[in-house]
Amino acid sequence: MTLRAMWKGTICLGEHNVPVKLYAAVEDRDVRLHLLHGRDHARVRQRMVHPETEKPVAAEQIERAYETEPGVFVRVEQAELDALVPKPSRRIEITHFVPHDAIEHPWFERPYYLAPDGDPARYAALVQALEHRHRIGVAHWVMRKRYYSGALHGRQGTLRLFTLRKLEEVVDLTELPSPPGRALDPRELSLAEKLVETLSGAFDPASFKDEHRQRLLELIEQKRKGGKIKQPRAPRKAAPESLSGALQASLKQLMKEDRHAPS
Amino acid sequence: MPRADNDEATATAEDQDEAAAATPRPFWSGTLSFGLVSIPVSLFPASRRLSVPLRMLAPDGTPLARRYYGADDDKPLGEDDLVRGYELDDGSYVLLSDEELEAADPEKSRDIDLRLFVPVAEVDPIYFERGYVLASSAESTKAYRLLAKVMEDQGQCGIATFVMRESEYLIAIFAGHGVLHAQTLRFADEVRPVRSLELPEPQQASASLVKSFVQAIDRRTKKQLDTRELRDVQLAALREHLEHKRKQGMDVIHTEQSDSGAGPHAEIIDLMEVLKRSLRGEQVEAERPARSHRARSRNPKRPAKTRPSPHERARPQPRKRRAGRAGGGTEH
Repeated sequence: MTLRAMWKGTICLGEHNVPVKLYAAVEDRDVRLHLLHGRDHARVRQRMVHPETEKPVAAEQIERAYETEPGVFVRVEQAELDALVPKPSRRIEITHFVPHDAIEHPWFERPYYLAPDGDPARYAALVQALEHRHRIGVAHWVMRKRYYSGALHGRQGTLRLFTLRKLEEVVDLTELPSPPGRALDPRELSLAEKLVETLSGAFDPASFKDEHRQRLLELIEQKRKGGKIKQPRAPRKAAPESLSGALQASLKQLMKEDRHAPS
Repeated sequence: MPRADNDEATATAEDQDEAAAATPRPFWSGTLSFGLVSIPVSLFPASRRLSVPLRMLAPDGTPLARRYYGADDDKPLGEDDLVRGYELDDGSYVLLSDEELEAADPEKSRDIDLRLFVPVAEVDPIYFERGYVLASSAESTKAYRLLAKVMEDQGQCGIATFVMRESEYLIAIFAGHGVLHAQTLRFADEVRPVRSLELPEPQQASASLVKSFVQAIDRRTKKQLDTRELRDVQLAALREHLEHKRKQGMDVIHTEQSDSGAGPHAEIIDLMEVLKRSLRGEQVEAERPARSHRARSRNPKRPAKTRPSPHERARPQPRKRRAGRAGGGTEH
């Protein structure tokens, strides 16, 4: 079944307009459980109650308020909130471009795929230009009543748009002080380098599985059929005292195992 | 039937984390190891969600609390009345007890075991979930600095799985300017492959059109990300509006009670301060595991929203056990 686009927009870059369709790149796989009433196994309802009387308050009587500081509430009406919502638009404005490694990872929020929407030639030209120049575009748009900023990325002929977090929310990694300490021992450095090299390999994301999720699903399946399962315990590991000792022992162990690739 | 677990449209996994932390503290403390080398570290988030908490109030101005009710009852349900179940295709449920869920929990571990190093460029940002910074929590920073230097020199990052607050994560550890930082990664099956979209074959674009785009890109290229463009204008507008009302005394309610603490109002500045201190070698205590949130695989044992969150003022309820809470999670 083909996935339907979440949203449609137009990338605006100078005189160029590239219409696109947006798709979520993430699929939620979490095992969702529901809260049920123990008595009849029916789903429970939630209600808002007055904490002193424990009595539910009718929906039309509930006031909404923002807590601007502890203990201070400012009531708002829906009309006020509606007035603050950005004007709808289909424009994805590209303001500037940066080198492909210029956006540090804490900025990244959520990935989306972009597909061409009626002008595949322009779309193809944009991806090619981005990949050729190894650049990322910085984009701004309005979607579902919210302002978004994002990174426009080209990879293997496809455009991706990664939403970026807000300035006020992100730690600037370049502002962090590096831990102080005495100069590193060149021999230990050399050992560490060898160790890291020995453990180097290719990144194959598919080789890592969410085992917790698997166990949950197996548990559910077993219960559905009427059985039970036991969990194997992970082995523990002891480490030697000194850093040099640990480096040496690690290398020895790895050489013995004769690994050419990580397990 | 109203859904119990996803009722809260506002709070995501991250929001609830931010709300729970009164001051920025490490999410996790443990060791980072490669081979037999163990580096004691503390893990801090590299970003905080900022928002103004929205509360529901009674007509008399008292902040309301959430309670669970059965289908016919008008009496609120206590924890003992609740069970957790997984919905099958036919609408029936498989019930899961706390004990059974615990048995499926990952083995408690305080270790991030780096068994694989890969070139940084090989980790596609499509896998990025949430960022963290690691501070050394050992007397000596030697091992920390050694690993950071080697990874930085070789352009490598370390990959591992680890357990944080009863959830298992895939994590990539990076080094930059002598500091170790990290990003939890989505598992491969959480990322849709491009081919699943059934997109048309990529076209070959005309050379002149590509050239035109290249010129447009070059004309707008900057060396660094202009972060001024990433200011949260929507939040600023909301705050301005609320401040205006507050100053005018319009629709303002003052109450004694509030358990929001400094949580949602904690600025990123506080986090930076704590990070800087930690990186300079001051010890910071690990956070107490935050309380429950949505019932899902990242933390399926706790009933959603029976904990008093800063978003409501609830009467303290008896609790059997405190469950850990995932530091990262699928965002909305």
